[in-house]
Amino acid sequence: MNVAKPNSYRSGPDDRGHFGIFGGRFVAETLMPLILDLEKAYSDAKADPAFQIEMNGYLKNYVGRPSPLYFAERLTEHLGGAKIYLKREELNHTGSHKVNNVLGQIMLARRMGKKRIIAETGAGQHGVATATLCARFGLECIVYMGAVDVERQQPNVIRMEMLGAKVMPVQSGTRTLKDAMNEALRDWVTNVHNTFYCIGTVAGPHPYPTLVRDFQSIIGNETKAQMQEIEGRLPDSLVACIGGGSNAMGLFHPFLDDPSVEIFGVEAAGHGLTQLHAASIAGGRPGVLHGNRTYLLMDADGQIQDAHSISAGLDYPGIGPEHSWLHEVGRVNYLSATDDEALAAFQLLSKLEGIIPALEPAHAIAKVMELAPKRANDHLMVVNLSGRGDKDVPQVGDILRGKSK
Amino acid sequence: MTRIDTRFAELKKAGRAAFVTFVMAGDPDPATSLEIIKALPKSGADVIEIGMPFTDPMADGPSIQAAGLRALKAGMTLKKTLELVRGFRKDDNATPIVLMGYYNPIYIYGVDKFLVDAKSAGVDGLIIVDLPPEEDDELCLPAMKAGLNFIRLATPTTDDKRLPAVLANTSGFVYYVSIAGITGAGAADANAVGEAVARIKRHTKLPVCVGFGIRTPEAARAIAEKANGSVVGTALVDALKNSLDADGRATAKTVNAVAELTAALAQGVKGAQQAAE
Repeated sequence: MNVAKPNSYRSGPDDRGHFGIFGGRFVAETLMPLILDLEKAYSDAKADPAFQIEMNGYLKNYVGRPSPLYFAERLTEHLGGAKIYLKREELNHTGSHKVNNVLGQIMLARRMGKKRIIAETGAGQHGVATATLCARFGLECIVYMGAVDVERQQPNVIRMEMLGAKVMPVQSGTRTLKDAMNEALRDWVTNVHNTFYCIGTVAGPHPYPTLVRDFQSIIGNETKAQMQEIEGRLPDSLVACIGGGSNAMGLFHPFLDDPSVEIFGVEAAGHGLTQLHAASIAGGRPGVLHGNRTYLLMDADGQIQDAHSISAGLDYPGIGPEHSWLHEVGRVNYLSATDDEALAAFQLLSKLEGIIPALEPAHAIAKVMELAPKRANDHLMVVNLSGRGDKDVPQVGDILRGKSK
Repeated sequence: MTRIDTRFAELKKAGRAAFVTFVMAGDPDPATSLEIIKALPKSGADVIEIGMPFTDPMADGPSIQAAGLRALKAGMTLKKTLELVRGFRKDDNATPIVLMGYYNPIYIYGVDKFLVDAKSAGVDGLIIVDLPPEEDDELCLPAMKAGLNFIRLATPTTDDKRLPAVLANTSGFVYYVSIAGITGAGAADANAVGEAVARIKRHTKLPVCVGFGIRTPEAARAIAEKANGSVVGTALVDALKNSLDADGRATAKTVNAVAELTAALAQGVKGAQQAAE
């Protein structure tokens, strides 16, 4: 597509929340006043040094940041080619990058005087992070989760309940993340006066894609500083998996204006791009859902289609609007990995590095397995290890045992 | 003047409130749906809202969501929804038709093409739940230019500061959502509604119709005493659903089930004493 290149890839969105044609605020009137309040609360918080100081304190001492940038020596040797570094977001408290964003949003909710927090979750990592911070700050927490995901992500359901959250299984639609998001929006419309909706990814109505990106950008900022310290220069390439795309946006954003850095986002190709999958950019087109315009999987009549991925966290028919824009302006290369490729990568990383990744970043590792051997030995490749695989151990165990029978 | 403007002018002259009905296009199948829509004016509906089915209706409750999914399963599309309106217009050139739904199917159809086709099919107005005034460029302004009314929702969270923005490009009537919530939930409190309608009327000369949470003739009457119209959707959709067979197909009772409830609700609205303007 023929789209003008901007002077900076980091300046978006415009004041109405648009990244090119993407983004915006496509929500029911009931929610608009609250969304405008949130926009103001966020811009006030950004200008308040006390907010950043308090947040940095929790990031360091509660979340456990900075997360390490680890040289994966055996993976590098095995693949041959690029030097592979893992950004260890799975070592954060709660086991994924999700906590970075939730901490920011919960602090905003507190500033706004909201006592009731709702969230939607696919794999449960965002739900666990939200339940954790609600416990920490004494807030009521309700998490909507598709009934299918409740079934396949039992460890996280139990964790959320232990943390005092109420998990609401969603029976409508495909009973996965998309329907959990619909149900969370319905709850929000109904309880708008006292409720804060903690969105788990860089999607939804403006200002959510921006504020989630900003809270996650700590991943890329740390990576930049750490790589400078270890190798004395910028990385040559970045790789991250994409469902909604928050871990990817967090890693990518600080590097968007560094033209020497190649950037790869990896969507979930499920059973393959011609069958059931969750790759919105590879297999979708621009449409409007869940408060924003973005690439969506849909039929010829504009009805939203079912997504499929082995990973509940990537099983969503859309993607954050800024990713759609970065795709159209050509700054980021969007690739995809199938369920089988992700499973192979899951096993490879576990065996070579002693790190069991979540199925989500296993999609990123799958593409590293393709990209790294084609690069020179001095090429520095960073892959965002966005979450750990504890939650996926029962599911992957069943699959592998089934295959060995 | 659109058919909506004409209809509200007539009602004002007659000194009564409007009864506005909502049904889902293509529910439970396209042919039965046309029969139901044809039956509505005969049973006392003054304005007909027709839902455009969508897979992800985020502001609707379970009843209307299920109705949309029934329709989609029966093969309903936006194009067929316009054909439905065209079919209705063969026998009725007076009853206003308002399409209600979500933006994505229209966006995919193509806004300009949709407006031309909707106008020629006999559509008078649009209610698009997920297009607030902040996104007026998308459809609201082109619809006005095409001669269609763009009817905006005002809600309990729409305060006096925000109302002018909500009303700025609204025409036909204002749809006041009586509760902060989804369709089919809660019950509207007539006194609170009365205050809200009075507040909106300080900002506009447009008729104000009230919906969400109205299920009975009594409730429809109580609201019609405070507003220019009562809107009923979920109760009609539920009546339809209860008439279906075990496989979700229409039965001999289906059209009548909707028509009878419409007639009872219309009696309620017509019994209302209109407050002096």
